[in-house]
Amino acid sequence: MEFETVIGLEVHVQLSTKSKIFCNASAAYGGEPNEYIDPVTLGLPGALPVTNRRAVEFAIMLGLATHCEIRRFNRFARKHYFYPDLPKGYQISQFDEPICERGHVDFYMGETKRTVGLKRIHMEEDAGKNIHDSRTAASLVDLNRAGVPLLEIVSEPEIRSPAEAAAYLRAVRQLVRYLEVSDGNMEEGSLRCDANISLRPVGELKFGTRTEIKNLNSFKFVERALEYEIARQYAILKAGNQVVQQTLLFDSEAGTTRPMRSKEESADYRYFPDPDLPPVIVEESWVHDVKGRLPRLPAEWANELVSEHGLSLYDATVLTAERAFVEYYHQVVAACGNSKAACNWVTSEFFGALNKAGLDLSQTPVKAVDLGELIKLVDDETISGKMAKSVFEEMFATSKPPSTIVQEKGLKQLSNDDDILAVIRKEFDSNPGQLAGYLGGNDRLHGFFVGLVMKATGGSANPKKVNDLIRQEATARKSA
Amino acid sequence: MTDITSLSVTEMRAGLDSKEFSCVELTKAFLDKADSASSLNCFTELCVEGAQQSAQEIDSLLKQGKSSPLLGIPVGIKDVICTKGVRTTAASAILKNFIPPYDATVVRRLKTAGTVTLGKLNMDEFAMGSSNENSIFGPVKNPWNPAYVPGGSSGGSAAAVAAGLCPISLGTDTGGSIRQPASFCGITGLKPTYGRVSRYGVIAYASSLDQVGGFARNVHDCALITQAICGRDPNDATSANIDVPDFTKALGKDIKGLRVGIPKEYFVSGLDPEVSAALKNAISVLEGLGAVAVEVSLPHTDAAVAVYYILAPAEASSNLARYDGIRYGHRASGQLDLKTLYAKSRSEGFGREVQRRILVGTYVLSAGYYDAFYIKAQKVRTLIKRDFENAFAQHCDVIVAPTAPNLPFKIGEKLSDPLQMYLNDIFTIPVNLAGLPGMSVPCGISASGLPLGLQLIGKPWDEETLFTVASAYEGATDWHTKRPTPQRA
Repeated sequence: MEFETVIGLEVHVQLSTKSKIFCNASAAYGGEPNEYIDPVTLGLPGALPVTNRRAVEFAIMLGLATHCEIRRFNRFARKHYFYPDLPKGYQISQFDEPICERGHVDFYMGETKRTVGLKRIHMEEDAGKNIHDSRTAASLVDLNRAGVPLLEIVSEPEIRSPAEAAAYLRAVRQLVRYLEVSDGNMEEGSLRCDANISLRPVGELKFGTRTEIKNLNSFKFVERALEYEIARQYAILKAGNQVVQQTLLFDSEAGTTRPMRSKEESADYRYFPDPDLPPVIVEESWVHDVKGRLPRLPAEWANELVSEHGLSLYDATVLTAERAFVEYYHQVVAACGNSKAACNWVTSEFFGALNKAGLDLSQTPVKAVDLGELIKLVDDETISGKMAKSVFEEMFATSKPPSTIVQEKGLKQLSNDDDILAVIRKEFDSNPGQLAGYLGGNDRLHGFFVGLVMKATGGSANPKKVNDLIRQEATARKSA
Repeated sequence: MTDITSLSVTEMRAGLDSKEFSCVELTKAFLDKADSASSLNCFTELCVEGAQQSAQEIDSLLKQGKSSPLLGIPVGIKDVICTKGVRTTAASAILKNFIPPYDATVVRRLKTAGTVTLGKLNMDEFAMGSSNENSIFGPVKNPWNPAYVPGGSSGGSAAAVAAGLCPISLGTDTGGSIRQPASFCGITGLKPTYGRVSRYGVIAYASSLDQVGGFARNVHDCALITQAICGRDPNDATSANIDVPDFTKALGKDIKGLRVGIPKEYFVSGLDPEVSAALKNAISVLEGLGAVAVEVSLPHTDAAVAVYYILAPAEASSNLARYDGIRYGHRASGQLDLKTLYAKSRSEGFGREVQRRILVGTYVLSAGYYDAFYIKAQKVRTLIKRDFENAFAQHCDVIVAPTAPNLPFKIGEKLSDPLQMYLNDIFTIPVNLAGLPGMSVPCGISASGLPLGLQLIGKPWDEETLFTVASAYEGATDWHTKRPTPQRA
């Protein structure tokens, strides 16, 4: 019997608001332990939450970007459980009335377009962190993270492979970064992922028993954990046994999943509407206003790059991976008017150099207009492509505009036919033996003359022209 | 010289402004009196140094000619309201050493108004109780007769004002915790409309019902303290953005033609005959002042106590989850695993009544019971609210009722029977469920020499009518002038 994989992801996105979701304490990452706290974060007696409207707005933004319906009447609920990193003994979340419902995320896997449905996106507060100090055998609690706003994005169980799960997760990350609602940093925990996975016989409609893998904190781990879990469940089912529904942790060192301690699993959370928080009413006008301020999303950019800039889907995908990339690319095109050359330069030379230097696009030493100007210099044959590469290196190292570098180094390309012909004739005349061989049909000597001409011009001659003109002059001499 | 502790706030104002006595003298007189009346057990903490220091600062302001209604007036604060740097316990072992790093909004507002905090007032643990017997500090005694309870949960706040240990005080009212003790102690107490006063810094019992209010020895003083604490607070999302009128302007007005609703469901068997008689007298007085008595119906009254004892414990079980021994408050000693640490800390820290309500609340929120209890109770709450809306829309401007169905009872009398205790709040609970303003003013003395209260219930945001009616009633009667004779310790 063959089996089909059924995966659904629950993605937690930490929002990059200035303050926490229910108080004024800073929502910044890091800090000294318990630096970003106040009476509300600490759950002090008498402290009360007040909803941060910016967090709600971020939820609306992501909801619109994923084609969700936005709920007008939003209630927060209390989810109860005891844990030291949860100061109030309950987490403020949304229960049966999430702010966003019934949307979808579109993305490409290679050339194939995929759509994964979204069940819901809801708002909630993050918990703090328990730190177990093995040196002193003490358990410590850091509440900096407690109360940082989160969006939980729950997909439909429509993902069919680990690679697709990772691609979906990348698409979600890409979206939140375009919207600038989160930095999507998985290492710092701004993007966290739990995966539900089950297998069912191909053709079967009913879902098999699922397991949930918690806290997958990299794209690679998502894929590896799911691959391992598929193999594990497959072996169980093949042997005719039952998969046990349980919550698992992925051990990234061993590359295996193992059951979580049962006490960390879901109990009766006793949800009820938080009486401290009046419902947040999302008026139509608010949604409309947010819609009007939504940035262009990656899919729109990519479509335009393919249809109007003539780029391949692959290039469009690379350029739209980050909002900053595509914006940079557009500035380059605006400066040079050559979309394909701009794409080549940005995706290969430029990204390569950034990568090598370990720099982020925001730290680039090369301004987009300068890169555009460089492309223009090549296009109008002021410099050769080869020169351009060394000019680019210089630009990257010094941030100087290309024209300055070209001038400083005297790199101007020799493109005038008469000037080049004069050099060719001189070299022909100085090397009669080789010329005779060349005219006699030894084409290897063509390269010899190209080398001589380039050497004589200090490398500044337009190589294409040199090639063409050598042949032209040879033909002329033969027929003479 | 007259006993300055017996003066009204208005008289104290005059005395301070005319330099007849200083704020330091006034404060000392109250602190001394609190000391001598310690057997009443009103205070959980006396802020002797803090009070003297503020009094000195205020005296220098008074010397500069500054004046405002509450400048230099001593107050007592129920120990469920956070006071920065002053221990705040909610009368619970779990918070017995808790010193808040911040002031509740109401405390900040009183400080801004220039009051002097004399100390923290005893109460039922976490404001759960109607007799002030559930306190780690022991019961508060009724100044009218120390064998009797002062009512609860704001028993200390009421008894302290009745005994003249402070002229005004703050309490909280979730199901009657201001009005019932005001009634039992023969003073005036007002629970404003839900949302009128910030709950920020008020240790939560049942968030959708809790409201802070003031106690005073007369209606005018009550208006002054109410004025000082009302108004929108950005730190409490449930506080309303509604203008606060000048309550003193509502005083001394005519009530001719005012329609006074008498809920027929409140005159049921079990109502103490003396309470019934006192209420009828009070209605006659109001009629004599030109008000028109009309019968109204609040048909869902009989469900109110049941609804309350589902919703309030549900919210309490959640609100009290934070007392886990991790960050502050009592923590069980010994090397314990996490689960045991929670269980032991909470078992040791919470008293019996609090534990009872946490258990009830946890039960009604549990999967499988939530719809049958919590959701159903919310629906009935809506019906109770609608009862009042209908009465006010069609029949009356204010509702009068007894504050409690019975006279103050003896300490220990109802302790073993929680249901009897809960029924004490039968006339006050509906007002919290509907979020309305409610007031209790003295309206009689029983044959046994214990005070009785008249409850006035208003439309949402209409504290003014309560003040108008209360002040008219006060002007026509002398119950508010009756004082308990000082008890021997």
